[in-house]
Amino acid sequence: MYRLRKIALVGSLFLAAVSVWSQAPAYRAPRTADGKPNLNGIWQANNSADWNLQGHSAAQGPVYALGAVFSIPPGLSVVEGDEIPYLPAAAAKQKENRANWVKLDPEVKCYLPGVPRATYLPYPFQIVQSRENIMMVYEYAGAVRTINMGAPTKAPADSWMGWSNGHWEGETLVVDVTSQNEDTWFDRAGNFHSEALHVVERYTPRSADILNYEATIEDPKVFSRPWKISMPLYRRVEKDARLLEYKCVEFAEELLYGTLRKKASK
Amino acid sequence: MTTRRSLASASALAATIAGLLLVQVVVWGQASEKSWTVPRTPDGKPDLQGVYANATLTPLERPKSLGAKEFYTDQEFAELMKRIQQGIVPEEADLGNAAPQDVRYDLSLYGFDVTKATLASNKRTSLIVGPDGRVPPMLPEARKRNAERAAKNKGHEFDSYENRPLQERCILMAQERIPMLPGAADNNLLQIVEGPGYVVLLHEIDHSTRVIPTDERPHISQSIREYQGDSVGHWEGNTLVVDTTNFTDLTAFRGSGEKLHLVERFSRPNEKTLLYQFTVEDPATWDKPWSAEIPMAKAKGPVYEWACHEGNLDEFVTILRGARVEEEESKKAAK
Repeated sequence: MYRLRKIALVGSLFLAAVSVWSQAPAYRAPRTADGKPNLNGIWQANNSADWNLQGHSAAQGPVYALGAVFSIPPGLSVVEGDEIPYLPAAAAKQKENRANWVKLDPEVKCYLPGVPRATYLPYPFQIVQSRENIMMVYEYAGAVRTINMGAPTKAPADSWMGWSNGHWEGETLVVDVTSQNEDTWFDRAGNFHSEALHVVERYTPRSADILNYEATIEDPKVFSRPWKISMPLYRRVEKDARLLEYKCVEFAEELLYGTLRKKASK
Repeated sequence: MTTRRSLASASALAATIAGLLLVQVVVWGQASEKSWTVPRTPDGKPDLQGVYANATLTPLERPKSLGAKEFYTDQEFAELMKRIQQGIVPEEADLGNAAPQDVRYDLSLYGFDVTKATLASNKRTSLIVGPDGRVPPMLPEARKRNAERAAKNKGHEFDSYENRPLQERCILMAQERIPMLPGAADNNLLQIVEGPGYVVLLHEIDHSTRVIPTDERPHISQSIREYQGDSVGHWEGNTLVVDTTNFTDLTAFRGSGEKLHLVERFSRPNEKTLLYQFTVEDPATWDKPWSAEIPMAKAKGPVYEWACHEGNLDEFVTILRGARVEEEESKKAAK
């Protein structure tokens, strides 16, 4: 028993060493003029995490008329351990959300996405670094957030995109996000949170054109413990890549207001 | 009763005007910026960063009585300010939100009162520059185009969401439109952030954000149209110059069409002022280009999140439902 424990201990030390090693940045990013890792650029996830953070099979989409065009692609889990540790009542609510996805998902209505969902929506986003602030500008719905890189400040109010304070840890941009309202979701599978959500994001350059993205999610009203997602973000390297205008409000209006259209008089 | 009401509104007016005593006008011009050098970003570019507000007392168009007079003398300007402080609302001043007829709630309660704002002013008689000081007359074809569009919607204003203005639908708010004209005194903040090769312009209103490349790249394909157009920029000395095309035919800046071509210039004549200048041309709307100049005053942040669409559901549904209920009732009454 003692020996077994010892092996287990050695084993876990080995695992810890491996994980430290695998996290150690082998890559040193180019620097900005003020000496910070240069993350400027247009980035995009290339996965189906917005459909479901957890591993999922391909499935029929909700609009049969669109056939294979808007079916749900399969995807590997981006959740560490593939388990989202819901409290029992919250687990029931997630099932309900999922069953009523089209009706309840804020993305369907073109609402601001919140963090971390903004990162892995199927649209690019742009990082613009200044000395005092880092802007993250998202193509989806023109969402935006200003990350304060100075002494941490407190949110004046809750908001859809939350309040972001950032700092550098070596090669990594660490962003602490609080004061998000409870109305955003994590994905189209009904994964959700409360207004107690606290997200810590880590953006680590892995090569010239890839960032490792990690987000630790904590919400004691919804989850029994903090949990983590991770994925690579890829640079949009095409010549003249840029964010285009995606004001999706007008694509949600028929859904939201269509029933109130004046009936054609007979 | 009538007398009492008019007394009440007269005293409200007086109260509003009295508030103007608090106006803090940063006058800049000839001599004041001589000693000023614009700071540089770590990349060595002119540093225009900060939060600015575009509230102003200067009207867009010059009062006709002033003819070709572009600037007030120091004395005239001081007299104008004095008249405003005495409670006179002269045609030479645009009080915006603080104009008595526009006050719908107690602006001071929320800190939205233009009379409490720091304003930048340069003694111009109008924001539009040049001898005319007014928007050039619209070409007949443009007048026809706009009249036809208005006629098409007439009598159908409440038929459906498509018939409502872009502003009400939270698609394009008046204060997020470019070129940027001073609007209300609330939520009129602009934040500028500069990174390598890009300048970000964040309007507080509806979190409208423009990411402007400064590498002199060409515009995107003409087949892509955007409400806010496609903006590309470059630096000319200490000035950021931004060229915008690819507008939609719905963007309609003061009646313009989709061929609208906008050139904006951003500079900092002194520490407390961002000078915003623009020229618009649209050969399908005006027979000549016209230009305006708007000094913006450095303001205290932060810029808040302004989520319009997310809060619009109840309000917008009420507008359309109201129209449907009215139709039902008039149908019933006709029976």
